[in-house]
Order: sequence, then C-alpha cells, then structure tokens
Amino acid sequence: MQQIAKQTGQLVAIIGPGVLWIIVFLVLPSLYLISIAFLSNDPYGLPQLPLSLHAFRELAGFGLLGWSPGNLYTLGRSLWQATFATILVILISYPIAYYIATRPVHLRPLMLVLIVVPSWTNQVIRAVGWMNLFSPGTPLANLSAMLGFTEPQMGLFPSQFAVVVGMVYNFLPFMVLPLYAAFERLDHAQVEAARDLFATPMRAFVHAVLPQTLPGLLAGTVLVAVPAFGMFVVPELLGGGRSSMIGNLVARQFADGANWPLGAAGALLMILATLLGLYILRRAARRLSSEREMLL
Amino acid sequence: MPQPTANGARQASSISIRSLHKAFSSKMTALDGVDLDVQPGEFFTLLGPSGCGKTTLLRIIAGLEQPDRGSISIGGRLLDGVPPHQRSVNTVFQSYALFPNRNVRDNIGFGLQMQRVKRQIIQQRVQAMAEITKVDDLLDRNPEQLSGGQKQRVALARALINEPDVLLLDEPLSALDAGLRGQLQVELQRLQRRLGMTFVFVTHDQQEAMVMSHRMAVLHEGQVQQVGTPQVIYEQPKTLFVARFMGHQNIFAIQQRNEDEIVADFGVLKGRFAAGSHILLREEALSLKAGVVEGHNRLTARVEECLYRGGSTEYRVLCGNARLTVRSHNLGQALFASGQDVTIDVAPEAVAILPG
Repeated sequence: MQQIAKQTGQLVAIIGPGVLWIIVFLVLPSLYLISIAFLSNDPYGLPQLPLSLHAFRELAGFGLLGWSPGNLYTLGRSLWQATFATILVILISYPIAYYIATRPVHLRPLMLVLIVVPSWTNQVIRAVGWMNLFSPGTPLANLSAMLGFTEPQMGLFPSQFAVVVGMVYNFLPFMVLPLYAAFERLDHAQVEAARDLFATPMRAFVHAVLPQTLPGLLAGTVLVAVPAFGMFVVPELLGGGRSSMIGNLVARQFADGANWPLGAAGALLMILATLLGLYILRRAARRLSSEREMLL
Repeated sequence: MPQPTANGARQASSISIRSLHKAFSSKMTALDGVDLDVQPGEFFTLLGPSGCGKTTLLRIIAGLEQPDRGSISIGGRLLDGVPPHQRSVNTVFQSYALFPNRNVRDNIGFGLQMQRVKRQIIQQRVQAMAEITKVDDLLDRNPEQLSGGQKQRVALARALINEPDVLLLDEPLSALDAGLRGQLQVELQRLQRRLGMTFVFVTHDQQEAMVMSHRMAVLHEGQVQQVGTPQVIYEQPKTLFVARFMGHQNIFAIQQRNEDEIVADFGVLKGRFAAGSHILLREEALSLKAGVVEGHNRLTARVEECLYRGGSTEYRVLCGNARLTVRSHNLGQALFASGQDVTIDVAPEAVAILPG
C-alpha cells in the first residue's frame, strides 16, 4: 500500500506541474471560450445569458439585414491564402534548405542564422517594411505598373498579393529549418541510385529526395499552415479591408466592433478547421510513408 | 553471347576510355590520364588502394561525375555530357542505396518503372530476376528487414534487371563478413559468365580481384599501372607498386647486373635475367633444401623463423643482407628449424624483373 502511495506521489510530482500548466493555460481558457460562444451578447458586446446559437448564425452570415456571404468569403479567403502561402513557402524553402545543407559545414550555421534573424524583429515592423517597399512611387511599384500588373500611381499594397508576400516572408524560417534538418541527413546515394536507374532529375526528386525529406516537410507544413490560417497582423496591415482573414474577424470582435460571442464562435471554427487540416495531413502522411517514423 | 534469361538475348558492349582526367581541387587529382579498353562480356576489375581514383572512374562511367578532360564510349557510342538516366549503365553501390520506402519488389522494379515499362511486365521480370539472384522469397520485405548479404543481392537484382550494356559494381562485397564474401564472389563470377554481360568491378582486395576477373587494371594515384589477366598481374608485375600491392614480399633493388648474374641485397644470384630496376622472388615458387649447395639459380640462407600455417609453412630466412620469405606447401616433408642452413632453389618461373 505504502509502495503504491509513494509511486503515486512521485507520479504526481513528475507530471503534476505539466498537467497544471495545461489545465490553467489551455483547458480552462478553451472551455471559457467555448462557453462564451454559446452565450448572447449585451449592447456593449460582452457575453450574457441566455444561452443561444446566435453567434454561430451571425458567423454564418445571418444578420439584421438578412444573409450576407461576407464571413464565409473571409473564411474561404483565409483557407485559400494559408494554403497558397504554404505552397509558396514550400517551393521557396526546398532549394534554400538544399543549398544550405550542401555548403561547407562551417558556413551552414551562419546561413541558417541569416534565415532566422528577420523573425526576431516584431511582425508589425516587418509588415511596415513591406508597406514601404510596396508603396506607390517605390521602384517595385513602378516596375509593376510598367509591366501592367497595377494601375499607374497605385502601390502594390493593399492587396492580396502583398498579404501573400508578407506571409511567405514571415513563415519562411519555419519551413527552411525542418527541411534543412531533413536535408542534412539526406542519403545522397539514394538520389544517385535513382539517377542511375533512369530517373530524370525531376523523378529522382520525387522518388528519392521527397520521401527522405517528408518528415521535415510535414513538420514545416504544420508550423506554417496553422499560424498562416490564423494570421491577422499581416492581412491587417498589408491587405486592407477587402483582404481581411478569419483572424482579423475574430480580433475585431474582441476590440472595436465588440461582439465576444461572435469572436469566440469564430475562434472555435478556426480550431476545428485546424484540427481537421491536421487530421487530413496526418492521414496523407501515413499513406505516403507507411513504415516511417512520423513527427505528427 | 546469348543470354539464358527470360529477358531475351542481347549483345554485350565494349568500353573505351581515352585520356580521362579528373581533379577535385588543385591538390587532389583523382584521375590523371586514364586509357582503358574493356572487351564485350568481360569481367573487368579496377584494383587499387583507397584514393587511387577507381571509384571516381566508375562514377564517371555511370555519369554521376563529369570528367575534366577525356572521353568514354560504350559500344561505340560517345557518352560526353550524356546524363546518367540516358546511359545504359547500372551500378551496384557500395552502400547498396536501396530505397527504404519501397519493398524489395518495388526496389528491383524501379529501373523498369522509370522506363515506363508496363506494370504487368515489370512484375514478371522482377519475379524472374529475383529467382536468378535468389531473393524471390524476400519480395514483400522492406530493406531494413534484410541482412547485408540479402541487401547486396537485391541491389544486384535492381541493377541487372535493366539488362544494361555495362554493369558497374563499387566494392559491393566489402561490407560483408569473410565467409559470405567468398560465397558471393563465386556466385557473382558465375552469374557474370552466365549472362555474358560486361561487368566493371571496383575493389581494393587483390584476392577478390584475382578470383573474379578476366582482366584487371591496377590503379595508383589516378594512373593505370598495369592491365592484364590476374596471372600476368600477379606473376609479372611491371611496377614496384603493383608488385607490392599484389602482396609480394621479396622485392629487391638490382644493384648490379652482369651477363649471367644479378647482385642485390640478398647476394649474388647466378642465372640469365632481363634488365630492370628490381627483382621479385615469388615466395610460394621458391623451395628450400637442407645444407649449402652453391650453383646456378641458387641462394644460400639461414632460417630465422618458421611459421607453421597448416597448408603451408612460412619461413623467414636471412640471405646475405636481406630477409626473404619462403612459403613451402606442406606435402609431408620435414620442417626446417630456426638456425638451420638452407639452400633456396630459385626456379626461373619464381623470378620477375620489374622494368620500371
């Protein structure tokens, strides 16, 4: 009996703090958030009884003036922009990670630091940096006007293009680092074997490089896609009104356009969408590499 | 030579290599003007110590490395700038380089898959090749479930199934233990004779090279030292390096050569010999007799050490100012004791004069 009590005590001592942390900072706030989502809002936007599904109806677009698709557009735009930004980040990160992993050993830490350093700066400042680069009259804006992509005298921002650029720039390190780790352990003999066995460079990549770097790719995808979906600083600053994402919608409900239940419902929707996305990714990963250890 | 596989007959190809140069940096020259001709259907071995350029040469033939200068043609077709996937050349890699995410069946079928052969035909040919290389009961396993010898067979099957003009083997047996290695040497050699395909085999093991090859080239510091049959390379090495690398112990600088005698550290050896820089006395072709008998093709010596090895006995003898090794086969004769005076019979076949 005493033995069991002692073991239980040890177990509590070991995992107790972690469990407490998760309860206080994850479980309780989540429960609070969920309960708010099912409340009504008072004239100042704060939650009050009675329970209702009003927030979800509102989220789906039903308002005082009848139904409007605005919120669904916002959700769709968030999904689309997060996906598009993630794909772009992957396409840009592969060559960068490969390049760094094939440099002399003493140069690699420096190059990795150069990739990571920008993310030590505040997101807002980086977004403002892009605003300056994309403003009307800057070389980039003029070039774009000259090529006919934008109207003369217009800047490259606010636009969805600017949002995507800002997000790609923001999330690049989170893809480059796990991919670099995968490339560093790459068995080049497999790539050479594929080339030797009549694989074109492209097919050698698909059959010999991709399977080996898949764990890094999946880890990077989670690290990029999830926060990209919930992003609100970059769309706020670079996107203008018509490019706002679900993150902006939620943030607004807790700030100036106060409507806490609607904000909570939006946050809940984001969590569910993220979980669904992770589940799909996990399924895909399992199918792609049945025998491989997975990070998910 | 017709090919007795299910895959139909095809002509084996020759390889010709002309003044090939490759340097990885100003300090590291891998190949320094290599010329070689490999005959169709030949088992040809590139032999040399690590860093001699043999693997680089193999990789250039495969197209995985580009030469700085020189050219390679296979079956008369010049391969300058042809990428690896457009060469009818396949490689068995030293590390096997099997694809871990594919099972044995899909590993073996990879080359055919890349050539867009129909799935059904791939299945048939994988089955046939797996039977030839004795991996037909492993087809559904993954590479990590295989032993070293099994991986080696799968790697071999994966390359052979494509019926390449030339099969390249980069030290494929070096990771295996001695027993399995000997067995696979024999199997590989038989398989090559049976298929009649041109094999280029790289090894640093001179025993392995001699067992398997029709002909071999000894490489040293990026240059071909000698090309020939195993017997010629072993019995008549042309350079000091080849003689030492083939494991010969009794090599002496010729100090003076007269009309019918040679003077070296071991004393004076009477007999008619060709001109050259060094004399080699093959340890297993020398024979010992008790007592001191002077004469032509004879040296007198004293036994210093006697190492009994079962099938043979190795004697270290002092002869003039030199130590010689003599290996005599144990056919039932009495052994010589340390300190005993002996006469070494130096048969003309036991002697090689190194010209270089």
